[in-house]
Amino acid sequence: MDDAPILEAVDLARSFASGHQRTQALDGVSFAIRPGVVTGLIGPDGAGKTTLMRLAAGLLVPDAGSIRALGMDSTRESLAVQAALGYMPQRFGLYEDLSVQENLDLYADLQGVPHTARAERYAELMHMTGLGPFTRRLAGRLSGGMKQKLGLACTLVRAPRLLLLDEPTVGVDPVSRRELWSIVDRLVKNEGMSVLLSTAYLDEAERCQAVILLDRGKILDQGPPATISARMTGRTWAASVAGKRPRDLQAGLTGHPGVVDALVQGDHVRLVTQTADDPAQLTRLPGLQDAHIDAVPPRFEDGFIDLLHTRNDPVAAPHGVPRVDALPQRADVDDAPVIQVDGLRRRFGSFWAVDGISFDVRRGEIFGLLGANGAGKSTTFRMLCGLLPASAGSLRVAGLDLRHAASTARGRIGYMSQKFSLYGNLSVAQNLDFFASAYGLTGTRRETRRDWALTEFELSPYADRLSADLSLGYKQRLAMACALMHQPEILFLDEPTSGVDPLARREFWLRINALARAGVTVLVTTHFMEEAEYCDRLAIMAAGRILAMDEPAAIKAGARTPEQPEPSMEDAFIRLVEAADAAKEAA
Amino acid sequence: MLIRLLALIHKEFLALLKDPRSRMVLIVPPMIQLLVFGYAATFDLKDISYALYNEDRGTASRELVAAFDGAPAFHRVATLHAEGEIAPLVDKRAVLVVLRIGPRFSADLQSRGSAPVQVIVDGRNSNTAMIALNYVRAIVDGFNRAWITAHGLPAPPARLETRAWFNPNLESRWFFIPGIIGMLTLVTTMLVTALTVAREREQGTFDQLLVTPLRPGEILLGKALPGFLIGMVQGTAILLIATLWFKVPLLGSLSALYAGLALFLLSGVGAGLLISSLAVTQQQGLLGAFLFMVPAVILSGFATPIANMPAFVQTITLIDPLRYFLVILRKVFLEGAGFDVLMGQFWPMAVIGGVSLILASWLFRHRLY
Amino acid sequence: MSAAQKPSLRGGGLMRLKGLVRKEFLQIVRDPSSIAIAFVMPIFLLVLFGYGVSLDADHVPVALVAEAPSPDTADFFASLESSHYFAPLHARTLAAAEQALREGRVNAIVHLRANFAEQLRWSDGAPIQVIVNGVDANTARLTQGYIEGAWGNWLARRTASQGQELATPVQLEQRVWFNSELRSRNYLVPGLVAIIMTLIGTLLTALVMAREWERGTLEALLVTPASMTEILLGKIIAYFVLGTGGMLLTVGLAVGLFDVPLRGAFWLLWACASLFLLAALGMGLAISAVARNQFVAGQVAIIGTFLPAFLLSGFIFDIDSMPTVVQGITHVIVARYFVSIVQTLFLAGDVWSVVLPNALALLLMAAIFLGITWRKSRKRLE
Repeated sequence: MDDAPILEAVDLARSFASGHQRTQALDGVSFAIRPGVVTGLIGPDGAGKTTLMRLAAGLLVPDAGSIRALGMDSTRESLAVQAALGYMPQRFGLYEDLSVQENLDLYADLQGVPHTARAERYAELMHMTGLGPFTRRLAGRLSGGMKQKLGLACTLVRAPRLLLLDEPTVGVDPVSRRELWSIVDRLVKNEGMSVLLSTAYLDEAERCQAVILLDRGKILDQGPPATISARMTGRTWAASVAGKRPRDLQAGLTGHPGVVDALVQGDHVRLVTQTADDPAQLTRLPGLQDAHIDAVPPRFEDGFIDLLHTRNDPVAAPHGVPRVDALPQRADVDDAPVIQVDGLRRRFGSFWAVDGISFDVRRGEIFGLLGANGAGKSTTFRMLCGLLPASAGSLRVAGLDLRHAASTARGRIGYMSQKFSLYGNLSVAQNLDFFASAYGLTGTRRETRRDWALTEFELSPYADRLSADLSLGYKQRLAMACALMHQPEILFLDEPTSGVDPLARREFWLRINALARAGVTVLVTTHFMEEAEYCDRLAIMAAGRILAMDEPAAIKAGARTPEQPEPSMEDAFIRLVEAADAAKEAA
Repeated sequence: MLIRLLALIHKEFLALLKDPRSRMVLIVPPMIQLLVFGYAATFDLKDISYALYNEDRGTASRELVAAFDGAPAFHRVATLHAEGEIAPLVDKRAVLVVLRIGPRFSADLQSRGSAPVQVIVDGRNSNTAMIALNYVRAIVDGFNRAWITAHGLPAPPARLETRAWFNPNLESRWFFIPGIIGMLTLVTTMLVTALTVAREREQGTFDQLLVTPLRPGEILLGKALPGFLIGMVQGTAILLIATLWFKVPLLGSLSALYAGLALFLLSGVGAGLLISSLAVTQQQGLLGAFLFMVPAVILSGFATPIANMPAFVQTITLIDPLRYFLVILRKVFLEGAGFDVLMGQFWPMAVIGGVSLILASWLFRHRLY
Repeated sequence: MSAAQKPSLRGGGLMRLKGLVRKEFLQIVRDPSSIAIAFVMPIFLLVLFGYGVSLDADHVPVALVAEAPSPDTADFFASLESSHYFAPLHARTLAAAEQALREGRVNAIVHLRANFAEQLRWSDGAPIQVIVNGVDANTARLTQGYIEGAWGNWLARRTASQGQELATPVQLEQRVWFNSELRSRNYLVPGLVAIIMTLIGTLLTALVMAREWERGTLEALLVTPASMTEILLGKIIAYFVLGTGGMLLTVGLAVGLFDVPLRGAFWLLWACASLFLLAALGMGLAISAVARNQFVAGQVAIIGTFLPAFLLSGFIFDIDSMPTVVQGITHVIVARYFVSIVQTLFLAGDVWSVVLPNALALLLMAAIFLGITWRKSRKRLE
């Protein structure tokens, strides 16, 4: 195979009309992708990743410039390009009312795979994806991770030379993500396939041979990920102060001049500074007088955040700690559990989605529920919110079962779901007003809360925009604002950062931390292992049961082995899930 | 509680009316449909095309033909000269009626006092054929009466003196327009309600609603009232068109009419929300709306009287809210009825509405999906 | 390079099409509501119309009032009582009968005055007062016709029994072609075939394209070698077969169960039904492709399909009796052409002068709607 680029863009530009204004989705983008490697397309929300993918697949026509895939012009020879490349769109393009086998057959027919070759190809794909036992199941009944693998299998029925994957890992648990990556690596190594993969997970960027960093339609940087993280050498630290919660430490550091990034990681704060400093100078930063500071190796994420900051982006500009004033400060702050779950079970047909779980959450605690897709997190979550009756066991939220409690009890909780359920055809302000009123806010109180939400979440410029037209990051902000309009004591967050870029995620967690410090109890489900580190305690779930429940550091410590003295949260999680699977098979 | 409810209603209205396309869909088509359907829905034949095949040359036949040509409802489109011309004309629906007068018509009438006239009718639409035959018979009867008086023949010993109450000219439009009001109102309530819950379920906002302090009953009210209010406004507009444009007399009590409209909207909204809360997807909501709407219209007695249906079908019509509303509309409009006569129509709609709304609100929370 | 690839693209066309058609079928089978519309609703409606709904009044409740009962009044009433058209109800006074009419217990009143017997012998005859409830003008006219018929029979019998001859100068000999018994079922049931097929054709397809847009599956289909024409064709074929199934079912029931005569050739009915189905499917797909949003497509389908097909197709109301403007509007209703064809094919036979122009109109409508769909669904995402 020669080294001619397999995908090449020259001065590519494309804009879209939304309302009366045009947004420039891509603005003079040029790049060349080498064959036989995995190239990552990295960028925050609204950077133009999907537009670029669609242009490459010949689904859109560029305003200017050109894009060539496999030596053909994607725009003019779109049919030939589409016949030669594989493309998996964001929602995997599956028919949910068709079974796994039927979906495969459809795509095999469409791709013109001869019948004689199918048995072998299917067997290969089933082996690769592990979907073999589920061929008769409807795609709609598969978990997110399995859907993703089926989507990939459908794209691969006829092995393409170039594979385009648009955010294949959004909303997918770490186990499935790891499996997807091993499939992709195998495809590249064994079949010589070239892959362009877009993602918002920055840890995935480090697995790519090359990355293209995209932001607001422009390329920020491109090259091997190591060169990007190498720039950060000497600027990354781990800081901790004895007797001080890392969350409080982080609150002081965030937004301080000279600090690019501050993240809670278990028992310490990971700090990125603007210039290469020596540790002694860092003690001048707020709260770090008596800190224990170690240098840590830089990560790709550090380089990315730094790049975004140097663009002097108002969104990316470091924020101060969010104002969460006016939260109800209750006098009777005590350690009594706010959420009590005891022996909770839930059955669907003959299948126990939640099979006897118990836990307590104290006031002001951030409690995380972690688990693979289908582990029972969402079912537990829905039962706690009173959306689903429990089959057995008891649950109390603020002393009440929300399913039977008076409606005012529901006014004490806030709820935000993974779909960011907003009324798409209402404007931002109308959504805020509606949820405020639904929680019984009136008159000036409603107005002050709306103004608070618009300023605090920087939604003022979009107040009259339809919420359906917002980018995902802004939708998430709006959903959060809606959940906070009535200043709830307890906050339920179901995968609140799914598909959201790292900057928005950071901002989101700053808010959550501030709320927790003000005494709000937070129950959160998540796929992001780094987010698990932000929790005070977490429960890891699989197959409807809790495998482990402890502080993040303790859970990581439990996974320590001689080969892996410093396991990450992801390692710990995968080890626990694998151990549970092994125990089940042994039984 | 009132604030929450008002907010919900406000939101529903915004969701329905914000988009100019939806606004158009709700307001313009019902008005146009009333105008078009109002003119279309009639059994009165205004323009019966007929062909004449007259083999007789006498004066009597000319008088009879003159009677037909003079009748405003009849319109001669062909004059035939051979029997073979009849079939092609009828077959291709060029004429509805063929009047055939035999060669000895005038002679027989003069000599024997009686002569046959053949009338051929296209029976493909049996109702039209029957009405056309009635018209023909009326003209022939008139001719006969005139002939009897002119020729001093004995008159029959008894004669019919017919009067029609409530609709003296037997205008079938007066009968159908109130029916169209009922149908269009039903369509609108379905339009507003049948897809709403399914849409919120598909978008995930329904869960969001359920975790707010709103009670299922309040959510139900919030979903029901917009449909109800839009139905009221639209019903009023259609009523105005019916009375001012089509000049259908409105004789009865307006308050009884509005009470009927309110109860009918209640039952229609209830049925729509029940369908909507049963449906998992919008596709199912739409098809469900049709599975309700089509039988509801056909069994309502709109075009074919319920009295003509066999007993078991008549029993089914008892759960059709449109059936009751049509009776109310027609009785109030044409018969000048008030509350006293209509009580029997009011309570079944209230029951249908109440039961379906209660079921719908129960399903809000208990339907697993 | 692309030129070399094109033949191979086309060679797989049949396989792609088969895959797409199978996919549509599976989706239809998995959704109970589609099956309900395609098979349950036709049977339900046909049974309703076949057994239930009819314009022919029977057992019309009539109040009979004789102010002074006598053998003459009894003789006249007997002619009404013996007819199956009436369900007579004797009332003592006119006021009571009028009350019954107001309450809807009777549809008509036949009133004989106190001096009826006496007036019968007068030269200008006895008046028989008939009051009908005119609200339902059609039933009123039918009732009136039935009463006139009974009256005529009575007159003939009475004059004959007295050895006299009744003077009826012109005697009407009526010949009703195609449907000699004037059974309304014979014309309602064929028309119903058209209504049912409109529902199957348009309603089922109104959401399918919009659904693929909303769920993002179209994007995945578009990057396969399948062309837009193949994707659309896959849908048309699947729903065409479903619609043909519905058509065969309804025609079979109409002929087999309800004895509606099918005088025309079956192949011709099949051919015209296929054309109609194409037009109806085209309309559904066009709604779907233009709206790209299930909610709006659903609303348009509710407004645009059933009532227009029900009221403006000539199924119930005669198009020739409508004002010219409204007649013009009926030309955009697809069902109109098919209703005309079905009524002719069922009751009259293969009348080419009716079938051909209507079939051409159907062809044109199908071409227009499918053309709109095709134009609105180019193989791009914008």
